[in-house]
Order: sequence, then structure tokens, then C-alpha cells
Amino acid sequence: MALLKLDKATIRFGGLVAVNGVNLEVEEGEILALIGPNGAGKSTIFNLITGIYAPTEGKISFKGTNISGRPPYVIAGSGIGRTFQNIRLFSQQTVLDNVLIGAHTRGNWNLSGALLKFLPAVRREEGRLLELAIHCLSKVDLAHRAFDLACNLSYGEQRRLEIARALAIEPALLLLDEPAAGMNPQEKQTLLTMVKNIREAGVTVFLVEHDMKFVMGLSDRIAVLDYGVKIADGRPEEVRSNPAVIEAYLGKGAH
Amino acid sequence: MLNNLVNSIDPYLLQILVNIGIGIILALGLNIITGLTGQLSLGHAAFMSVGAFTGALLTIKLGLPFYLTILLSGSITAVVAALIGWPILRLSGDYLAICTLGFAEIVKVVFLNLDITNKALGLTVPLPPSFLPMPIIVLIVVVLAIIASAFIQNSRFGRALMAIRDDEIAAESMGINIARYKVQSFAVSAFLAGIGGCLYGHFLGYINPSDFGFLKSIDMLSMIVLGGLGSVPGAVFGASILSAAPEFLRFMSQYRMLVYGALLVFLMVFRPNGLLGGVNFTDLVLRKLGVKPHLATHKQEGQ
Repeated sequence: MALLKLDKATIRFGGLVAVNGVNLEVEEGEILALIGPNGAGKSTIFNLITGIYAPTEGKISFKGTNISGRPPYVIAGSGIGRTFQNIRLFSQQTVLDNVLIGAHTRGNWNLSGALLKFLPAVRREEGRLLELAIHCLSKVDLAHRAFDLACNLSYGEQRRLEIARALAIEPALLLLDEPAAGMNPQEKQTLLTMVKNIREAGVTVFLVEHDMKFVMGLSDRIAVLDYGVKIADGRPEEVRSNPAVIEAYLGKGAH
Repeated sequence: MLNNLVNSIDPYLLQILVNIGIGIILALGLNIITGLTGQLSLGHAAFMSVGAFTGALLTIKLGLPFYLTILLSGSITAVVAALIGWPILRLSGDYLAICTLGFAEIVKVVFLNLDITNKALGLTVPLPPSFLPMPIIVLIVVVLAIIASAFIQNSRFGRALMAIRDDEIAAESMGINIARYKVQSFAVSAFLAGIGGCLYGHFLGYINPSDFGFLKSIDMLSMIVLGGLGSVPGAVFGASILSAAPEFLRFMSQYRMLVYGALLVFLMVFRPNGLLGGVNFTDLVLRKLGVKPHLATHKQEGQ
């Protein structure tokens, strides 16, 4: 059974069909990339999966449960972590606090826990969350910046911090929205290794990315989206030679 | 003994000190919803009013012990806030502000017309028998409110509130139930406002619904903006200055409100984040003690 399954997922914004009847399965343990020209609907698919939008038609299921139309916090809690195309860090807070917020669903104590902070049970939980946060930070090589403000990190570091924050959910599925955007080749190479390590640790990765070299070097499988429709789905070498894909990127007659 | 201590203080000074204390409680309350959660409330005087009248009526009608009256006023105000908060906290920014403003006006008009609140005449509040003198009670509540605020800020609960303040979409994608946390934050905030109102009424001995108008809400907001939004020491500091300023500026007679206004304008121009905004005291202390830097070596250990 696929970990995540999109079944004829469709969303319309007024007259615009942003995502049109997309069928897609993400298998457990794989790295799947979603590519396509600008405006193809890639980020919209991520927003559908994470509940920011509800599909107009079709169904999205995660671990066999229908999650379409559920609010984002429930979906996150069920084990889907994500990063954003336009970095959305809590920029005036420290790197560590950002990841601790990511670890929110891993804790239970609320207002009572805040007021009874000195109770051993509450302190244990805080300690556990702190440990988890530092662990996630070290996975993206940011533990040494834990007490810096997020806004003081470089662009590439901020992208990595978003990944650490999403990992703190301890997700089964990690959605990365253009993780390599704005990185230099060296940073991209480091990121590639990090994402592979994350997969080795048992997290399924589903990413949207424009950098073809990065996608080809990382993914087990690639799906291609054009004008909201899935036009190809297969292993990297298959997709690369697929005429429909070349046409979508370069125009008719390019091959 | 405590009574002797309190009596030995100049009554005028004591009155200023109690006013400062009540100001601090109110400011800390507003700081939770506006400073930490980022939801602008322009109607907090209404919660103060609910707390003040609840407290006064509990004392007059039931003659409950004072500490129980204080707790109940806060709790009832928190329940009112939760009921109001549930529908209106879906709004954000200006819309929420206008909504809280409207709510405050409604509370004022309702209290001005109810028999039980004695309409526009207001209520005379007797001082209930209590073990401790009033200024000491205020001091204890202030200390508890400071501790609670600091605890909340450095907890899973507080982190969720600050995440909502900084980016609602990101917060929700981290599994934070925004609606629930906003309502809880609003209720905690109103709890403190209610207690502040209850103490205010019993200390002054007389309350009138018109005392809790728009200007009172703005006073509270000025305190936390002056001190620095989201900062507990800032709220304490801002409340202290603004509660005492009208008294200390009294020698300027009719010019004092002018100076007060000018002070606010200059502060916002030269220090828009408030006097203590962006200063992390825990962090400062920990760094001084050398506690934090060793965590930074975690990276080397991890490799």
C-alpha cells in the first residue's frame, strides 16, 4: 500500500483548474520528485496534501486514511512535515526555538504544563523535546547555530533550518518545496547528502524542485506536472527521454 | 506586623504603588494575547470591568472570602473571554481589533443599564475582611502573575502562541491548533484582566461602568508597547512608568498629559520595539553564567 495516495485530486480557483485529476502514489521509503514548469501546480499539490487547501474533487489518503479536507494541524500531527517555497521561518526567534515549535506535536503538556513547569513530568518532556530538536538540528548541520536568531542565518542555512523544523514532527512523509532554491553548487551537494541520509533514517521524501541535476541525482522516481495535469511518472532516465516532458519544458519541435 | 509595615508607608505613595501593581497585572494579561499571540485587543478594559463588577457583587451579595473572590472574578472573566473569543478570534489584525472594541462598548452599555450593577450610579465596594492588607495582596498577585507569564513564555504552550504570532500558516503546518490556542490565550489574558479589575474595584472602593472605557484599554496597550511587546520585564516596566507618570508629572499641572503624550511619541520614534523589546533576559543571564555556549559544542560531539 502506498504511503500517500492522490486519487483524481482536483482543485479549482474560480475558473482556473490548478490541479486537474492527478493520480499519484508515494511509496514508503522512496524519494519522489515532482517537477514541471512554473505555475504547473506543484506547490498547490503540496498545499492540498498538507490541508492548506481542500480538494474540490478527488481524494487524498495517507497511511490508508482519507485526509482530504482535514485541517493542516491534524494532517501535520498524523505525520506529514513540510517546508515552504518562500521560507516561512519564525525569523525573530532562535534557531532552537524554531525546531522546538516543530516538535510541538511530540509533546502533550499545555497551559497546565506551563504553569507547573517545575513538575518532573513536565521537565522530562521539555528535556525530551530539547533533545529531539538538537538531534534534528545536527542532521542538517545547524546545531552550532542553535542560539542565533533564524533571520541571521544565510539563505541556504534557513532552507536547512526549515528541514530540521519539519523533521522535528518526526514525520513519516517529508514534503520539501524547492529545497535547493538559492543555494550554491556546494550547498546543493551537501543538501543532497542530507536528504539521502534522512531517507536512510526511514523518512519518505517527496520534493518539488527546479534544479534538474539535483533532482536526477537524488530521486528514485520523478513525476511531471504541466498545467495541473500529470504528464509523466517514472524513473529519472525514463522521464528525461519522455517526449511529452521535453515538449512541456522546451516547446513543440524541440526534440 | 505586615499591617504595621503597610501603615508606616506614606498613604499617597502607597496608593501609587498599588496602582502600579494593578497596572502590572493588567499589562501582563494583555501581553499574553497581544504581545505573545500577536492578536490586537482593544477591548481589554471590558474584561477588567467584568472582573471588577463580578468581584464587587461577590463581596456585596455573598460576602465571600477575598482570595476566593479574586480567583472567581478571574475565572468568570476567563469564561466570558472564551465564549467571546470563540467566534471573534477567527478574525485577525484590524478586524479583530475593531471587534474587541465593539465588545467593550457593549459591556459598558450593558453594565450601565443593568439593575444589578446599579446602572450609571455604579457600585460602592466594601473592603472584605481579609488576613492580609490590600497592598500586600496586590504584591502577591503581581509576583504570581510575573512568574506565570515567564513560565508561559518558556513553555510548549508559549512557543505555540509565539509561532501563531509570527506565522499562522507555518504554525498550523507544525501541528498547532491555532483556533484552540488563540482562545486559550485570550482566556488566560482575560483571567489576569479580571483579577486586575477585581483588585482595582476593591482598592478604590467604588466602580462605575464608565471607568472602563476605550481609554482604559488604550492605557494598557500603551504600557506593553512602551515596555516592548511580548516582553515580561517590558510589561512590568511599561506599566510601572505609565501608572506612575501621571502622578510624578503632577507638578506640571495642566501640561502633564501633554508631556505624557510627547513621551510616548518620542519613544515610538526612537525605540519602536519598546524600551525592553527584543531583549532576552534569560538568555543574557545564561550567557553570563556560561550555560549556553556549551550546547553549541553539540555539533562537534555529534560528528
